[in-house]
Amino acid sequence: MKVTCPHMGHLHWMLDDLFGRLGVEYIKPPPTTTKTLTIGAKHSPEFACLPLKINIGNFIQGLDMGADTLIMAGGHGPCRFGYYGIVEERILRDLGYDFRFMMLEPFGDGKWAFYKTFETLTPGGLGLRKLWKILKVSFTKGRAFDQIHKRTLQVRAYEVNHGDTTRALRQAEKILTQAFTAGEIEEARREALALIDGVEQDPERRVLKVGIVGEFFLLLEPFSNFGLEEALGHMGVYLERSVWVTDWIAPNGDNKIYGFPKDMVDSKAAPYLNHNVGGEGRETIGSIVLMAEREFDGIIQLLPFGCMPENIATSIIPKVQRDHDIPVLTLAFDEQTGRAGVLTRVEAFLDLLTARRGLSLVGANA
Amino acid sequence: MDIPAKTGYLGIDVGSVSTNLVILDEHANVLAAIYRRTQGQPIKAVQEGLRELTDLLVNQEIEVRGVGATGSARHLTGIIVGADVVKNEITAHAVAASLVLPDVNTVLEIGGQDSKLIVLRDGIVTDFAMNSVCAAGTGSFLDHQSARLGIPIEDFGSYAVRSESPAHIAGRCSVFAESDMIHKQQVGIVVEDIIYGLCHALVRNYLNNLAKGKDIKSPVVFQGGVAANAGMKRAFEDALEIEVTVPVHHNVMGAIGSAVLAMELELEPGETNFKSFDVSDLVYETSTFNCNGCSNTCEIVRIKVDGKTLARWGGRCGKWENEDSPGAGKKKVHASVR
Repeated sequence: MKVTCPHMGHLHWMLDDLFGRLGVEYIKPPPTTTKTLTIGAKHSPEFACLPLKINIGNFIQGLDMGADTLIMAGGHGPCRFGYYGIVEERILRDLGYDFRFMMLEPFGDGKWAFYKTFETLTPGGLGLRKLWKILKVSFTKGRAFDQIHKRTLQVRAYEVNHGDTTRALRQAEKILTQAFTAGEIEEARREALALIDGVEQDPERRVLKVGIVGEFFLLLEPFSNFGLEEALGHMGVYLERSVWVTDWIAPNGDNKIYGFPKDMVDSKAAPYLNHNVGGEGRETIGSIVLMAEREFDGIIQLLPFGCMPENIATSIIPKVQRDHDIPVLTLAFDEQTGRAGVLTRVEAFLDLLTARRGLSLVGANA
Repeated sequence: MDIPAKTGYLGIDVGSVSTNLVILDEHANVLAAIYRRTQGQPIKAVQEGLRELTDLLVNQEIEVRGVGATGSARHLTGIIVGADVVKNEITAHAVAASLVLPDVNTVLEIGGQDSKLIVLRDGIVTDFAMNSVCAAGTGSFLDHQSARLGIPIEDFGSYAVRSESPAHIAGRCSVFAESDMIHKQQVGIVVEDIIYGLCHALVRNYLNNLAKGKDIKSPVVFQGGVAANAGMKRAFEDALEIEVTVPVHHNVMGAIGSAVLAMELELEPGETNFKSFDVSDLVYETSTFNCNGCSNTCEIVRIKVDGKTLARWGGRCGKWENEDSPGAGKKKVHASVR
């Protein structure tokens, strides 16, 4: 059995670990690039959102590398995402590919279905206890990956030498991949964080504090947003982001990486939106309120063009902006989006934030 | 008789349709302004614009103290002329509007292929919107229609203001707007009403795309090439029920804004990166190649003068921008290239 999965940011490191422990051969598709998207867009419905198009591209590239089993995350709720696995399977079969398709439904939607998927993956079966142990330790490693990525979003704003933070991150990832037991993982985590904190920084630098909110794929996959976080870091912007892979996987909604549990975020959204609209619609609103209260300079909302839950959030944002006096820039992406247009808007937004702070426009980001 | 050199600030705005250059004196008065077509050749447009500017200033000695570049070709322009500040066009337009009308609250700007709405309070931009997925309501479309109707674009406004009752034209998509216009002509509606109807359609489109949820408060400034069209001003006033001001230099506001930004740097004499008006005589060569560093195969643009590389840009990862190249200009230009 050769398993492949679509890419989503640094998720592939976590899958590397998990499949290794399960004894399953993992075919890692080539990193998502323009070529992936071109393949995906060609075979996807025009009105599907960007994540589906990238998924299809990843799957085709994985199948071409010899994968025979595809795993796709499932889900439920008003967002189309929960249905994407089914659509993707159909598209790929219509293209003539032969494979086994598995939907991994969220743990919270039914423990047994979740275990069952893993049982099928491991012929002979591992037994519940062993499987649980594997998932737990692999998840801990996943947490560590999220932690180091979160740290880079903050350190990069202060880095002295362009690119040092990214280089440290690559090295930190390598260190983490080589840790296996719980003890090793903890040690590697500390070492990796120290490596990132060790990047030469200019603590005196005036930085803008910006929150990134929106739809999870757009937030987690740098390819889909033109590496916006890294670009913002290089412009001297300190970032926090509302969505993380392990926060999303964890069934209890404690949002350990983000730092604010789901019920707290939901309660912040409640005056504007008091029920689930699918995707991250409610979380986007709640996080904007939360970040405004924490005195962020501004917020950037990212969404795939045509995303229903985020569009609901977008229509509520003007009111949140007025009530909390916080600037929000909304950016929608699809395969037609150009990088120059995105950067022009981001530059203008940073100028706006700089001027609001009463700082000069010509010195600040120069 | 020798006239002492005046201090001047050069602002250049190279957009998709027009290339605009201005020289401001130290009190931000416009000494000279050029509005010309880019015609897909930004380097040539800048070089010829500089030449025209020197012709206009033939009797005056100007010492350029600072240079600003803006517009979609701002990075390229910044490298060619040696700009001190390279800023996006949203900021440049807001700065220029505040200069003309210090208490401005709203800026409507319609250019060749983009349109912007900028909301200011107390001289500070508090919100903005820029068209993203569609350019149905912009100058290129009006240009196209003027050619089709055989009426010079400069006369569009005078036709529109003569209209008694504007025709209702479907404006969501420019191609369908054209079909609708043709239909209105076929049923015998006079050209004045069609042109004014078109202005209404563009204004409706603009407000639907950009103004949703935005607080449009007086005073309102309307600028950009399309502001020359008196019919558009009238249509905005009809729709907003607010008086709209069109500044004298409405078509070069981006350039004025970038010159003001250069002025704000408060450079000492000789500190500017400005190369000289002679750059209009140099031969710039641009070429592109695909980077093979990864499978993104980004298209990288390279600009050379006298066989020497001035700058490179265009990749997703920014590695070419960071390669040191001789004469690549000061860091400022690069910081915003990324």
